[in-house]
Amino acid sequence: MTSRQEQGEGLTVRALSDTDLLLTRTFTAPRRLVFDAFTRPELLRRWHGARGWHLVVCEVDLRPGGVWRFVSRGPDGAEMGLGGVFHEVDAPGRLVHSELHDGWEEGEALVTTVFDERDGRTAMTTTVRYPSREIRDSVLRTPMERGAGEAYDRLAETLNEMTLKGELQ
Amino acid sequence: MAPDVLDATFAALADPTRRAILARLREGEATVTELAAPFAMTQPGISKHLRVLERAGLISRGRDAQRRPCRLEAAPLKDAVDWLANYRSYWEESYQRLDALLGELDHEGPDAAEREIR
Repeated sequence: MTSRQEQGEGLTVRALSDTDLLLTRTFTAPRRLVFDAFTRPELLRRWHGARGWHLVVCEVDLRPGGVWRFVSRGPDGAEMGLGGVFHEVDAPGRLVHSELHDGWEEGEALVTTVFDERDGRTAMTTTVRYPSREIRDSVLRTPMERGAGEAYDRLAETLNEMTLKGELQ
Repeated sequence: MAPDVLDATFAALADPTRRAILARLREGEATVTELAAPFAMTQPGISKHLRVLERAGLISRGRDAQRRPCRLEAAPLKDAVDWLANYRSYWEESYQRLDALLGELDHEGPDAAEREIR
């Protein structure tokens, strides 16, 4: 458990257009460290995952055209694999890569992450672009689904203006 | 929770006027006239929004035939927000672990991440 002042600002998630998710988060650390934490396997293994999920495979070939591969193991032993290819690697400010879940090739996303540093703090802005709205909305339910299992076409409209921690909580 | 209930909730929330009405009702019940006041909208226009909110179970109307005050029904709203917040909270939990890790690396000095892999 970290102390209050060491915590960054909380994550916001917004839907942009029909196919994009925009994630923002601020970390209380220089962006060189944040970039390392997002790209070095020995650091990724120490934080990536929640609710009993953790990385059991973490391979990162950090260069344009290089391949990355994660396997996460869940609380009941379930495993989930995903990976992709780096398109741009511009440390410590910008990272663009594809992301593909095992057995779900039609769900390939393009992920663009930008790290901006100011006064020793780093603002992360991540745009995740999916091939369609249906796929984007499906992704919101995995791997931490609680049981609502249908497609919700209205989700994108709702998310458009409403951050997930906001006025309605 | 039935999927069609969530669908109705999300559809009702997709409109900014309806979200503003819900925000107003958090402060307490209100009549159609009172709800229409802040908007450049006729009472029939507001009533149309209220019917959508009522069908989604997000508000209820009083029995008083004259006033029929509107009241916020929080349960469907909470279900929808809980569901939407799931994705966010999963990653926020991860990022809080990252906060702790970054705190350690920062205190270990500028070459901490370098030493980490040796």
